[in-house]
Amino acid sequence: MKRQISPIIYSEPTVTSPVIHINELRKIYTVSQQEAGAVAALKGLVQRRKLEIPAVDGISFDLTAGEIVGFLGPNGAGKTTTLKMLSGLLHPTSGGVTVLGYIPWKREKAYLRQITLVMGQRNQLVWDISPLHSFELNRAIYRIPYDSYRRMLKELTDLLELEPLLNKPVRNLSLGERMKCEIAAGLLHRPSVVFMDEPTIGLDVTMQRRIRSFIAEYNHRFGATVLLTSHYMADVEALCRRVVVIHQGRLLFDSDLSSLVQKFSEHKTIIVQLRDCQADLQSYGEVISCNDGRVVLRVPKAKTAYVTERLLADFPVVDLLVEDSPIEEVIERVFAQEKA
Amino acid sequence: MKALVELYMQQFKTTLASMFQYRASLLIWMIGQVLEPLVYLIVWSIVSNTSGGSVGDYTTREFAGYFIVLMLVNQFTYTWIMYEFEYRIREGILSFALLKPVNPIHSDIADNISSKLMTLPIMMLVAVGLAVAFQASISPVPWAIVLFIPVLLLAFVVRFLLEWTLALAAFWTTRVGAINQTYFVLMLFLSGQIAPLALLPSPVQILADILPFRWMIGFPVELLLGRLTIVEALTGLGAQVAWLLAGLVLLRIVWRSGIKIYSAVGA
Repeated sequence: MKRQISPIIYSEPTVTSPVIHINELRKIYTVSQQEAGAVAALKGLVQRRKLEIPAVDGISFDLTAGEIVGFLGPNGAGKTTTLKMLSGLLHPTSGGVTVLGYIPWKREKAYLRQITLVMGQRNQLVWDISPLHSFELNRAIYRIPYDSYRRMLKELTDLLELEPLLNKPVRNLSLGERMKCEIAAGLLHRPSVVFMDEPTIGLDVTMQRRIRSFIAEYNHRFGATVLLTSHYMADVEALCRRVVVIHQGRLLFDSDLSSLVQKFSEHKTIIVQLRDCQADLQSYGEVISCNDGRVVLRVPKAKTAYVTERLLADFPVVDLLVEDSPIEEVIERVFAQEKA
Repeated sequence: MKALVELYMQQFKTTLASMFQYRASLLIWMIGQVLEPLVYLIVWSIVSNTSGGSVGDYTTREFAGYFIVLMLVNQFTYTWIMYEFEYRIREGILSFALLKPVNPIHSDIADNISSKLMTLPIMMLVAVGLAVAFQASISPVPWAIVLFIPVLLLAFVVRFLLEWTLALAAFWTTRVGAINQTYFVLMLFLSGQIAPLALLPSPVQILADILPFRWMIGFPVELLLGRLTIVEALTGLGAQVAWLLAGLVLLRIVWRSGIKIYSAVGA
């Protein structure tokens, strides 16, 4: 049997910039439209109305080695479609992509050995057997040498606290436990490019935090390039210095998270600790809440200094804090502006 | 090659572990595998007994031998892939398989062989039991026994290739049930499952020679029962090799165009 054996790279990924290069990427789905009603249904038998839906509509951006980039957008924005094109599952309608110098949809073995796609709640793992069995199977599939496998398994076990889960059947694991094992299964071959689609979806706060710090650690330790989508802004804030925002298949924003906040947040949040909630602060700004004298005020960014000064002069303030708007609010504004 | 052997070993362990999770359903499945040929055996025994102890050139005891060997050959060459592919596509399992640096067919071959290794010994015992109970007559000649080994292996490979290719129909349609049904009906009549092909009308026999079904089941059975001449046996072996090559080409073409569609419409 003819078999091309390509070397498996277990050293630090070679620094070629950019690692991911996306140029005018476009994916248009053609769907036949079904109309309601018997007449329309009959008509549909003869002539189907075809609809062209652009899921990804000409986006371009690059990722350099070792970057963690947050890929954001509302449901249906085209995030998953993009990730599927980058990992090689989908063939684009037009445009170009190279990842590590490969064209993903050729799905060359040498390419597949260097990447992973982790999707929330989807199974890499075999349902009826223990995660350890699935890991072993992946070892054989990715041809990971025993030494590297054992080392990596130990590291992943420590970082994700997998020890008590390794020998339980997967179907007996909780959602969070399963997700941890899914991630481990996807990273055993130590991919240098990691695509993650909602890695923390449906998990409780503690588990989210653990997975978040794990992703940061993996990126740090192996210099992996990570592109991740998430609806939890805490994920994005904790992990991504840079964010790429898409909406209806188009690129809206690609820059530092902090400049996104700068650009789109027109308000700041002032939190003042007073003795009680008696005072009426409506004239200072929009009162979001007041509990035990802790007042949360929303004020226009330009007026922050002025309002702060007046609050300190007018009230016996125990404590005062000025914060940027929550990132959720910022993102909402980005999308709202697009619609307007 | 070494890596592939390693993969097959690992898949064997995985299949084994999965099978032990479902011992009851495994037992039920094996009972089904025995029952079908047993029903035909009993029916043909009755027919044979009522028509003076034989039908065509099959005596009652030879019918027993035929269906018992057929049960084993069927067990050896059987695949269940057609039931799985649609589910794999629908649930996105195939997408994950496609992201692995190995063609998913390898896992399927390994999985198939693994569960066969588990079930075959039991089926052999059942076959011996049935052979005693029905006083089966099996009288193979030495050269036929030797030839039976490659013929059986080829039967398995051809059946596996064709059924794996057929399973790929799921790329084009979600109604794979209808396709499978058609396939099984053709299989039932043209492979020798329902009756020895020698007893069927000659147009059916000619059709059976042209199509692949006989070469996947009936032919190895006839060979082991000593019903073929050397020339017939070698011709059959040639037909198997031809179908093997055709199967490989077909699989390659269908797999490639299937994947093209899959990655165009949304994996």
